Amino acid sequence: MAVTDLRKPINPVRAIGERIIQIALLLAAAVSIFTTAGIVFSLIFETIAFFSEVSIIEFLTDTEWTPLFANQRFGIWPLVSATVLTSAIAMVVAVPLGLIAAIFLSEFANDRVRRTVKPLLEILAGIPTVVYGYFALTFLTPLLRNFIPTLSIFNSLSAGLIMGVMLIPIVASLSEDALSAVPNSLREAAYGLGSTRFEVAVHVILPAAISGVIASIVLAFSRAVGETMIVAIAAGQNPRLTFDPTVPVMTMTSYIVQVSLGDTPYGSLSYHTLYAVGFTLFLFTFVLNIFSYWMVRKFREVYD
Amino acid sequence: MSAQEQLGVKAQTVETSVDRGSGNLKWRHFKGKILTVLGWFSIIFGLGMLLVLILDVVNKATGIFSGGTNWLTWEFFNNFDSRFPARAGAKAAIYGTLYTITLTIFFAFPLGVAAAIYLEEYAKDNWFTRLVEINISNLAAVPSIIYGLLGLQVFVRWFAFGRSILAGALTLALLVVPIIIVASRESIRAVPSSLRQASYALGATRWQTVWHVVLPQSIGGILTGSILAVSRAIGETAPLITIGALTFVPFLPRNLFDVFTVLPIQIFNWTSRPNDDFRALAAAGILVLLAILLTINALAIYLRNRYQKRY
Repeated sequence: MAVTDLRKPINPVRAIGERIIQIALLLAAAVSIFTTAGIVFSLIFETIAFFSEVSIIEFLTDTEWTPLFANQRFGIWPLVSATVLTSAIAMVVAVPLGLIAAIFLSEFANDRVRRTVKPLLEILAGIPTVVYGYFALTFLTPLLRNFIPTLSIFNSLSAGLIMGVMLIPIVASLSEDALSAVPNSLREAAYGLGSTRFEVAVHVILPAAISGVIASIVLAFSRAVGETMIVAIAAGQNPRLTFDPTVPVMTMTSYIVQVSLGDTPYGSLSYHTLYAVGFTLFLFTFVLNIFSYWMVRKFREVYD
Repeated sequence: MSAQEQLGVKAQTVETSVDRGSGNLKWRHFKGKILTVLGWFSIIFGLGMLLVLILDVVNKATGIFSGGTNWLTWEFFNNFDSRFPARAGAKAAIYGTLYTITLTIFFAFPLGVAAAIYLEEYAKDNWFTRLVEINISNLAAVPSIIYGLLGLQVFVRWFAFGRSILAGALTLALLVVPIIIVASRESIRAVPSSLRQASYALGATRWQTVWHVVLPQSIGGILTGSILAVSRAIGETAPLITIGALTFVPFLPRNLFDVFTVLPIQIFNWTSRPNDDFRALAAAGILVLLAILLTINALAIYLRNRYQKRY
């Protein structure tokens, strides 16, 4: 006996209409593929054009980045070091505060506190980054200069610290999700063995949720690496290879902003540097995102 | 040594270990107290920074605590940018944000919802569907400035839209579509399949079921998610700077192909001028921006509560 699909229309005109709608919807879903393809191809296309003018060896070994000066040097390291430095400072703030907040909210706080505090903390992640940049430059830097008189007006310290504040809710929220997902049977078993609340939280629940917690930290780091306005406003525009947090530096994202603010002729070498730097940035975040994805899949404890 | 003495020694050992145990237990519970205090500290630190930020911006914009000049005046909304702080306003930026975001919604909302409908209601479990799903979660994690480089290459150069509102809105649309897709899928998935089956049983086709049953049931979640995506677009600065939105625009855009600026870029521009008056103008701009975002998020929360359904 033939089974009829009830969802298929009997009227042939309507059947054609249904088909057209389905194809239109499929195209909408395919736009995301086109977006990725567009990103990858435009980055690769212009990066290849860049490396036809500048040797890849110079890009990876030179320690100076001066493409806009008469004496052009194309070493990516000053931009990479500044990106890593500001991101690392941000993690020093975001990881301990975010993780402790997550453990507290998941294992110690009652339901009412959790439901009030989590959305409040998430406001921090919704503030536009240009606002954080303004705050770092006009509030935190003058404040820190009272304690560190040698601190430059533009520095990676206050940019990094403020970026860390912005990332607290990412670590806190995603880690809290991972901790809450650990089944109650584990908590009950640990309490049954005479563990205290602290021991349940830190020795049982945290290890059980560790993949999700690490994924949240890696994701926050990836956000810090790609963050633009805070560092463009507060960290300076001076490409230099240093890990001194008190001096102006230039991250990969600040460089893209600096070149974009000027008038860059299409096809010029400085136009190509945008994409070479953008491609490097994309690789960094891509590797971090894949790692975070892999971490969750590989080390996830499966409970039934 | 007698057996009793041995026993006594043993009993003593047991006693000391119990004593140490109870002292240790206090310490074990105390560690929990420390963590609670640190937990509250983290939360209060985060929220305290938010409060300080807002108070600082309010003070710099209006001089309300320090008795300075109030920059948040009628002229601020009604003047174009100027080289003189006293004459500068955010009119072009506010209109620019309004036009750009309206156009972004126009592109992103139908696209995101259509993609979500396809993935939830039509897609078979095959390689294409899996590719689209992995791709969407990857796109959500790409830094926004990379979208700017995409927009610069594709919309500004290849499509020759120039540094226009159209190019800016298309770039922002690509940036927020993944957010809309994820939120819409979640909301569509929450519609119970019994409703769909009832619709099919009445003779409705697949699209009729989607349009008349699934969408009306899930519209609350779709709208909430889309509004949050819009609030993300409103605050975005980097991709628009990258596609070449101007920082000094003393006129209103006349059509889709006109150059433009938006509120975050205007704030950035005023912040980068080493002059306290311009920094105060930037603070006034920030207040306007935060007020817009607050209103929009309140709307999202209202919609979520209004349409919240339990099956």
